[in-house]
Amino acid sequence: MVLVFAESPRGTLKKAAFEAVTYGKKTADLLGTTCVALTLGTVKNAGELGVYGASRVLNISDGTFDHFDSQAVAAAVATVAQKEGATVVVLSHSSTGKSVAGRLSVRLNAGLVSGVNSLPTVQGAALRVKKSVFSGKAVGEYEIDSAVKVLSLMGNAVKPVAGGAAVSVENVTATPTGRIRVKEVKTQEGTVPLPEAEIVVSAGRGMKDPANWGIVEDLANTLGATTACSRPVADSHWRPHHEHVGQTGIAIRPNLYIAIGISGAIQHLAGVNNSKVIVVINKDPEAPFFKAADYGVVGDLFDIVPRLNESLKKFKAAH
Amino acid sequence: MYVSLGPAKVGFTFPGISYLNHSFSNLFKMKLLVCISQTPDTTAKVSFKSDGKEFDAAGVQFIMNPYDEWYALVRACELRETLGGSVTALNVGPATNETTIRKSLAIGADDAVRINADPQSAGFVAKQIAEYARIQNFDIIFLGKETIDYNGSEVGAMVAEYLDLPYISYASKLELNGNTATLERDIEGGVEVLEVDLPFVVSAAKGMAEQRIPNMRGIMTARTKPLVEVAPVAYEESAKTVQFTLPPAKAGVKLVDPADMDELVRLLHEEAKVI
Ligand SMILES: Cc1cc2nc3c(=O)[nH]c(=O)nc-3n(C[C@H](O)[C@H](O)[C@H](O)COP(=O)(O)OP(=O)(O)OC[C@H]3O[C@@H](n4cnc5c(N)ncnc54)[C@H](O)[C@@H]3O)c2cc1C
Ligand SMILES: Nc1ncnc2c1ncn2[C@@H]1O[C@H](COP(=O)(O)O)[C@@H](O)[C@H]1O
Repeated sequence: MVLVFAESPRGTLKKAAFEAVTYGKKTADLLGTTCVALTLGTVKNAGELGVYGASRVLNISDGTFDHFDSQAVAAAVATVAQKEGATVVVLSHSSTGKSVAGRLSVRLNAGLVSGVNSLPTVQGAALRVKKSVFSGKAVGEYEIDSAVKVLSLMGNAVKPVAGGAAVSVENVTATPTGRIRVKEVKTQEGTVPLPEAEIVVSAGRGMKDPANWGIVEDLANTLGATTACSRPVADSHWRPHHEHVGQTGIAIRPNLYIAIGISGAIQHLAGVNNSKVIVVINKDPEAPFFKAADYGVVGDLFDIVPRLNESLKKFKAAH
Repeated sequence: MYVSLGPAKVGFTFPGISYLNHSFSNLFKMKLLVCISQTPDTTAKVSFKSDGKEFDAAGVQFIMNPYDEWYALVRACELRETLGGSVTALNVGPATNETTIRKSLAIGADDAVRINADPQSAGFVAKQIAEYARIQNFDIIFLGKETIDYNGSEVGAMVAEYLDLPYISYASKLELNGNTATLERDIEGGVEVLEVDLPFVVSAAKGMAEQRIPNMRGIMTARTKPLVEVAPVAYEESAKTVQFTLPPAKAGVKLVDPADMDELVRLLHEEAKVI
């Protein structure tokens, strides 16, 4: 059986969970077994995981799990994995999954590959998986041969597939063991967090002044995109620190990354070069970013970005 | 640092060493451990040996992993400077890593330990760190949020599980008040504020501290600070590398006429299919 820990930040399952269950279901199909999903705490839409391929959905409803603690979550997931006889455990490579995956591998004496980005291949009793390494500069393929295997799935690596029907949720129990006291969770409501965003509009020092960001935000609004920025922009407090992408910031892999007035330093590319399609707008034709881009526009961003926005609006109105 | 026996910790023992032992032997003296790794320089060209199983280190400059150096190590040194105690830097690696380890002493660690082994995998490294830390009873074990080469983000959670300690990943802030730490942790689209009692394991992200450049005095004293070599413990690998490959080169950029943004929109829709 493939067990998927479907995370539910603030009580709601989101894209990351649907991706993980889709991945778990496809892996289960490869292994000729079933996919079971586990949710923790108060979860609004748990049964919906059936739609993405879970044949059963389990929930530990204890409200203690509403606040994240890796120790409690790992203990609960491991308990269920052992009771239900899971041979593969899948979770999201998110802030939650990253704190839990390593703990699970120790608890279950299981080999772990974190941040996998494609379906496994079956090699007898072993599984082979791929992930991006060296900040996107190489691909590593790994083989896990332990009896139980733990995989954490990179965001945006698989598309959620809604093929099944909702199922009713079964209650299971486990004793929470956490020692962390969560005091407050501060989030930007209304925007898709960067690691989950499918379209990202990002700007750099070429913007000259934080007051100029209106054209970037307008473009992002038209596209339903999340905004990001280069490191010097965050360091000089032109933009909030959580927008900083790159090696020292967040690594993202959206379908579309639009880079405006960013030179494309190697440390910046490290966080964004797994994007499916990259568009670069820069007045310098020699900017290194063009080498990593799929589409490029050479010119003044203050002229180009508003016109791109107008063209997009026209397109959106017609489609 | 004194660690009180709060109710949450009753019955919490490491095999063979009771928690009581931890509390009273370290009265008023905080013991901090910083796990430092060595990685290829950010700008290093990535290539692999001909069998594709191993990174080709020929001609590559190595550095201390930036998260370990800039944030974890510096924050640990700051806490020691204000609260007293000691900072130990720990590396699992071969003797050639000693330049990097000396740098951690120059930045401010009091002593260093090198577990003499090739860091084969996150599981192997975590086991080594945990077995060393188990007998030392550190109050806080610091790591970086991830290594910039294999990008695992795995070691911290494993160490915490081996030692049955709380783990706070991607912490961008850490303040200590007596036995209780207040931390901020980066989560998707925001931050989480939390409290936890000593001891615990934490991985450091941007924001926790400001990078420090070692000064002349630091570099001089680093030479005389203790650097102990420890033998590794056995570990059974359950995941192995099949091969590394370089991603296919980009087809090359398609330049779009800056006067014609309708064309860019058309390409994104019809050709790239991303809008
Ligand atoms: C260890 C390390 C880690 C790092 N980590 C990161 C990281 O995580 N993320 C990151 O981003 N950086 C990181 N950096 C910094 C990185 O090396 C670059 O300095 C940084 O990315 C440059 O930011 P930028 O492209 O916004 O600015 P610049 O390099 O100054 O580029 C500005 C660009 O804007 C263009 N421009 C200017 N005016 C206009 C105009 N009117 N119209 C169109 N184009 C215009 C210019 O041609 C130029 O290409 C790191 C550096 C180090 C050493
Ligand atoms: N060989 C090593 N020796 C000591 N600490 C390490 C080693 N490898 C990784 N670490 C620590 O574990 C953190 C996370 O590494 P990783 O899980 O490999 O991304 C690093 O930032 C270091 O603090």
